[in-house]
Amino acid sequence: MLTFENPAISFKNVTKQFGEHVILKDLNFDIARNKITTILGFSGAGKSTLLKHILGIVQPTSGQIFVLGVDLATLDKVQLREFRRNFGMLFQYAALFDSFTAEENVAFPLKEFTKMTEAEIAVKVKELLLSVGIKEESFKKLPSELSGGMRKRVGLARGLALGPDIMLYDEPTTGLDPITTKMVNNLIVETATNHKDREMTSVIISHDVRATLEISDYVAFLDRGTIIEYLPVADFKNSTNPLVQEFLRL
Amino acid sequence: MIIQKIETKIKTRIEDLGKYVIDGVDGLGAITLFTARFFYWSVKKPFRNHLLFEQLYFIGNKSMMIILLAGMFTGMVLATQTYFGFKLINVDSLVGAIVAISLSKELAPVLTGLIVAGRAGSAMAAQIGSMKVTEQIDALEVMGINSVQYLAVPRIIAATIAVPMLSIVFLFIGNFGSWLVGTKTLMIDESLFFSKLGDFMYVADIAQGVIKASVFGFVIAVIGTYFGFQVEKGAVGVGRGTNLAVVWGMISVLILDYFLTSFLVKIL
Repeated sequence: MLTFENPAISFKNVTKQFGEHVILKDLNFDIARNKITTILGFSGAGKSTLLKHILGIVQPTSGQIFVLGVDLATLDKVQLREFRRNFGMLFQYAALFDSFTAEENVAFPLKEFTKMTEAEIAVKVKELLLSVGIKEESFKKLPSELSGGMRKRVGLARGLALGPDIMLYDEPTTGLDPITTKMVNNLIVETATNHKDREMTSVIISHDVRATLEISDYVAFLDRGTIIEYLPVADFKNSTNPLVQEFLRL
Repeated sequence: MIIQKIETKIKTRIEDLGKYVIDGVDGLGAITLFTARFFYWSVKKPFRNHLLFEQLYFIGNKSMMIILLAGMFTGMVLATQTYFGFKLINVDSLVGAIVAISLSKELAPVLTGLIVAGRAGSAMAAQIGSMKVTEQIDALEVMGINSVQYLAVPRIIAATIAVPMLSIVFLFIGNFGSWLVGTKTLMIDESLFFSKLGDFMYVADIAQGVIKASVFGFVIAVIGTYFGFQVEKGAVGVGRGTNLAVVWGMISVLILDYFLTSFLVKIL
């Protein structure tokens, strides 16, 4: 299993059980800082549960999870809530607040957690939305008036608003057409690489093999709660694991 | 064979009954814990007053038209019904007083509560439930915002404030309706109408109604937001949660009305 010095995220003997049903089994793996790591797997493999563990929304039955060097189990609820501001997240369907316009969605975390003035927030929001390819005429549209791809882009802008150290992507290209998929993937790469003044670790949960191989630095394959393969992307393409090979052929 | 079948049926019925009881107690426990979370988060910063005012506007201001209509016609029909009974024993001059007391102690708070349960309680469950199934609540939590504090606290506080205010509006418009019908249609002497009203109507009667309405507002909002947070399984779940919020909101108003009345008549 790949290990890294000073990883962004580290799972140490993590098991998660709901009654008799084991979701994650004795996971031991690291996620490298400043890299794009994709966790691939079939539906029901435990990918979303793993993501929730990283955020501290779910606690493991046993084991430890370290994020940016901090053991999540040592944080109380208030500290954990504050610690989550190190994360940005793009949900599968963007999870935009449907009563807010695109710019209000992006402004929301800035209003909640910064002392920026309205004018400063407006400038920052405009910068963020333009950076993800949203034109000004769409700023005042509600999520229901935006296409799926535009919602994802607004969701990404909102996730980046507070300058997170870790960006999480939950099935970012699911349900999108090929052109929009390529656009979203390009945005993920740009987001990961256009931060020369600070680090940005990207973790993608996906079952989109093609996109994964195009943009990732590292790929982990999760099967029934266990990481069965974890390699740099070039080596992953040539994995000899039969299940990984089957997945790559799909 | 037949005896075995009967035994199996009885056993199944008893198991079902036991399950309902356990589910009921479980639900009551869950909603009590939810209420405790409300009290905890309602005194924690940040205080999002803009959300409170938005909810006051939605629950209070936006309910005004229906309250005015319901209050007016409730007063009118109560005056009409009371008059024909009282006329038989020549106490029709008491119509105004009886309608006023009935409205202030019972009809204004209870009917306002039922209207708010149907209108605002359902809206709370639907909005929060929709946010739950579209991961908007997860998005709040990921940003580090407690969803109970952000969504439930302003709604519950707003309902606790707005429902008694709406009840007072109901009371006044109901009395206006009663006066209109009583003195203009049923030809009750106007001076007698008002003097009897003044003789029999006390501040304690209005206080009783306001206290009840405040409790109803609180409970309706707790139930509405609770069922919103419990929603799962998409649009079907949202519909189910909304239905439960309305039904249990209304039932709670009627049940609490009895217990509050028993308690308040002794102290006021």
